[in-house]
Amino acid sequence: MEYEAIIGLETHVQLKTKSKIWCGCANEFGAPPNTNVCPVCLGMPGVLPVANEEALRLTILTGLLLNSTIPRYAKFDRKNYFYPDMPKNYQVTQFDKPSTVGGFVEFEFNGGTSRINLTRAHLEEDVGKNFHFDRNSGVDFNRAGVPLLEIISEPEITSSDMAYEYLNALKDILIYGGVSDCDMEKGMVRCDVNVSIRPKGQKELGKKIEIKNMNSFSGVRNALNYEIPRQIEVLTKGGQHHQETRRWDDVGGITETMRSKEMAHDYRYFPEPDLMPFEPTDAWLAEIKTRVVELPLAKKQRFIKDYQLPPADAQAFVWDVPLGSYFESVAKKSKNPKAVANWVINNLRAKLAENGGSLADLKFKPEHLVELIELVDGKKISSAAAQQVFAEMFTSGEAPALIVEKKGLAQVSDTGAIEKFCDEVIAANPKPSADFKAGNAGALNFLKGQVMKLSKGKANPGVVGEILEKKLKS
Amino acid sequence: MANDFDVKYVAHLARLSLSAEEETQFGSQLTNILGYIEKLKQLDVSQIEPTAHAVPLVNVFRKDEVRPSLSNEEALRNAPAKANGLFLVPKIVE
Amino acid sequence: MLNQLTISELTKKLAQREVSARETMQSCLDQIAKVDGKIHAFISHDAADALQQADAADKELTAGVKKPLLGVPIAIKDVIAVKDQPLNCGSKILGKFISPYNATVIEKLKDAGAIIFGRLNMDEFAMGSSTENSAFGVTRNPWDTTRIPGGSSGGSAAAVSADECIASLGTDTGGSIRQPAALCGCVGMKPTYGRVSRYGLVAFASSLDQVGPFTKDVRDSALMLSAISGHDVKDSTSIPHPVPNYAAALNGNVKGLKLGLAKEYMVGGLDPQVSAALQAAVKQYEKLGAEIVEISLPHTEYAVATYYIVATAEASANLARFDGIRYCDRVPGNDPIELYSKTRGHGFGPEVKRRIILGTYVLSSGYYDAYYLRAQKVRTLIRRDFLNAFEKVDAILTPTSPTAAFKIGEKTGDPLQMYLSDIFTISCNLAGICGISFQGGFTENPKLPIGLQLLGKPFGEETMLKLAHAYEQSTAWHKEKPTI
Ligand SMILES: [Mg+2]
Ligand SMILES: [Zn+2]
Repeated sequence: MEYEAIIGLETHVQLKTKSKIWCGCANEFGAPPNTNVCPVCLGMPGVLPVANEEALRLTILTGLLLNSTIPRYAKFDRKNYFYPDMPKNYQVTQFDKPSTVGGFVEFEFNGGTSRINLTRAHLEEDVGKNFHFDRNSGVDFNRAGVPLLEIISEPEITSSDMAYEYLNALKDILIYGGVSDCDMEKGMVRCDVNVSIRPKGQKELGKKIEIKNMNSFSGVRNALNYEIPRQIEVLTKGGQHHQETRRWDDVGGITETMRSKEMAHDYRYFPEPDLMPFEPTDAWLAEIKTRVVELPLAKKQRFIKDYQLPPADAQAFVWDVPLGSYFESVAKKSKNPKAVANWVINNLRAKLAENGGSLADLKFKPEHLVELIELVDGKKISSAAAQQVFAEMFTSGEAPALIVEKKGLAQVSDTGAIEKFCDEVIAANPKPSADFKAGNAGALNFLKGQVMKLSKGKANPGVVGEILEKKLKS
Repeated sequence: MANDFDVKYVAHLARLSLSAEEETQFGSQLTNILGYIEKLKQLDVSQIEPTAHAVPLVNVFRKDEVRPSLSNEEALRNAPAKANGLFLVPKIVE
Repeated sequence: MLNQLTISELTKKLAQREVSARETMQSCLDQIAKVDGKIHAFISHDAADALQQADAADKELTAGVKKPLLGVPIAIKDVIAVKDQPLNCGSKILGKFISPYNATVIEKLKDAGAIIFGRLNMDEFAMGSSTENSAFGVTRNPWDTTRIPGGSSGGSAAAVSADECIASLGTDTGGSIRQPAALCGCVGMKPTYGRVSRYGLVAFASSLDQVGPFTKDVRDSALMLSAISGHDVKDSTSIPHPVPNYAAALNGNVKGLKLGLAKEYMVGGLDPQVSAALQAAVKQYEKLGAEIVEISLPHTEYAVATYYIVATAEASANLARFDGIRYCDRVPGNDPIELYSKTRGHGFGPEVKRRIILGTYVLSSGYYDAYYLRAQKVRTLIRRDFLNAFEKVDAILTPTSPTAAFKIGEKTGDPLQMYLSDIFTISCNLAGICGISFQGGFTENPKLPIGLQLLGKPFGEETMLKLAHAYEQSTAWHKEKPTI
């Protein structure tokens, strides 16, 4: 029998705020233990939470970026369970009325575009961090109360690679939207993986097995690469699965049982009485909408379509956002956006890296680049000359036409002058000339190069080729 | 519903160790109280919205501003066990 | 004696430099030394710190600084956080806990110039109606030390009645201010939910708790309310509503005001002497020109059941933080679970454990809809009852408690009977409205205070205080003092 894996991911992402979700302690990684803490985030007796508006905004913004519905009513609930890293022994989260519902993530996969639907993304508080020693553990609450977004996918992912690509695409979107820095090293993204196996063609899902607390995307892929065959093997051998939570052992490369369903939690959710509900107003939503950016994949596809860019160039602009914006501002004015992309990626980016400058203080105007490309396309200058013009334009900011004029770089297309150069070269190189006549087409290039040299690069290479051929064939 | 009340299970959920006497005593007292609470079933509340807050208010926020935190010493002042700036607990085994 | 003065009497004398804050503070400390051995209203107090605050107040008074409560000694229920002071909530679980911060009400009282001193006894985590559930021993009623002072703010009521302080703060989740005020013969008010910040009040039931004052008369209650009310950015449930000068409303003129009597409150179990006091008050109010209107609060009989679901559910989560990790007296365990269970099993008293178990149960898987959700819906009906009634009347008059103070130990064996005695006070918290208990007379043999309660509209404290004040000033009950 053939089996298939069905995977759902719960991704926890720390939001990029200055302060924590309920108090004014800094949302900052790497401070000495228990120094970004106050009575509120330590869960001292008598304290109360007050919601950080930016955390709510970033949640809604994420919803907008992920094509979610933004309900006009959301609330917070208490999720009750005891754990040393949880100051109040309940986590404030959103249970039945989350701030975003539905939506999807699209990403390139297997040469096409895949779409994974989302159940929801809800806002909650992060917990502290445990350190384990020989005999005991220690808790640092600096992370407790950092705003955390839990993004839950539908069980629609079918392979470890797909899970990996989904997570990368999600991360790209969140970084792009300014929602989170998604720094894996700093634990800003953590993942719970739900995976089940069913015979291909069967409708209902198999028994769900959860792998908790993954902190790298490659870890997720590796864990699934282990877990999926393991589950299939159990079924093939006539065994059964029961619902359980497993842990991924990164060193051993295996998953192992953490807790079975009999020990499952009873979270006793109920509405958080210390926080009032949220009913986003039109004005508030409109303000957040102004922060919505074009998603990476959409931008890439648009660049490929609108400017006929090769995918690699489009991708380069997606990742270097300012460079992409600069490209677009020039490309809109040019008849040859592909050439603009070449100049921006191959020349401008290199020059900037070399000189440590920024796009904001470029000496030349976007129109100058457009003009330079027109000079090349109109065969007014050779591409070699164009390189010289660009270098000069980058340093002085002068218009290309002026530089061409000053440096005498205009291309010679006058056939009379070129014929003279050709005659000279043919005379000086009898061997290659004879080779060409004997049928060695490659010899023409050598001769062409000699003519160009003689003309100091100003001869129009196309015309040179034509004349040489005519003379040698006659 | 009240007669399937399992004190042991609920006390475990609440992380409360109870003596044998407490278990028996609370069991019968709470069964009694739950019996009294059953009276709420007399009411038809199918069309009624629940009240979580007696005084309605929505959209209460604070600005995203950093405020001073406690010093590590102040934070750990009431800790039963501490070392290296951390709150110490028995070894956590997941 | 200075410790017997009301706030309005004392502040006048202090402002005129007739007396000093130090003398006043000292006379309270003397009274504590004299009577608190019998009453046990205080868990602890720091005399040196109190006198130091008094000296600072005297300096300001001499310099002519004007603050509404400058130099007034105010004692605090042990559930409200005062920076660098112990905070035990009447429990042994917190051990030697010292609060790292001030509650907002404490900041406000300090801004108003008050001397903040002492930790007042209470039922553990405010769970109880008799102050018998304190890990620090029983508080006794100043009128009869074989009787309970009421609860949970028993220490706050007893301290004011016994003149151990000028005023005090308590908290009220289901009657915990009004009932002890009634049983000890002083004035206790529960403000509208959201009127006073809860920041720094150790939560019992977050959606029901409010801080309120205990005072010797209604005018002082108004003065205290003006000092502690107002919007607090640290409490999301605090309502941004302007704070009136409540004392200015006390003009004695209640002509034409409509006072409701709820027919559902004429219940069996009401002590005939309490009933008589209520009838006398009705006559008195009519004499003063108020109009008595019969009203109905049809869901009254469901209030106690609703309350014990909502309050214990919230409490089960609120008290989860007392786990022996960041604070609390720890009982060691081999793993965190064992540590939690032992610490909590050892640190919490029986009533707290009972309520945590009840609250955990009503929220647990499979029971949420049947208990918690249903209770929240009945709460809607109860609130609606009151809002409907307030369409017809300006306030509702009731007894505060069905009986006067009972004997210590009399009801401890039967928690349900204890819960049912909160029948007149509980709905007020569920509905989020305001309530005040003031003196309505005494029983005979033994002579024990009887409290009357007025329930007011949401943010209707001015009218409620005006009505209570008019009655109080037309009688002499509030002038009587217990002999201790
Ligand atoms: Mg979560
Ligand atoms: Zn904090």
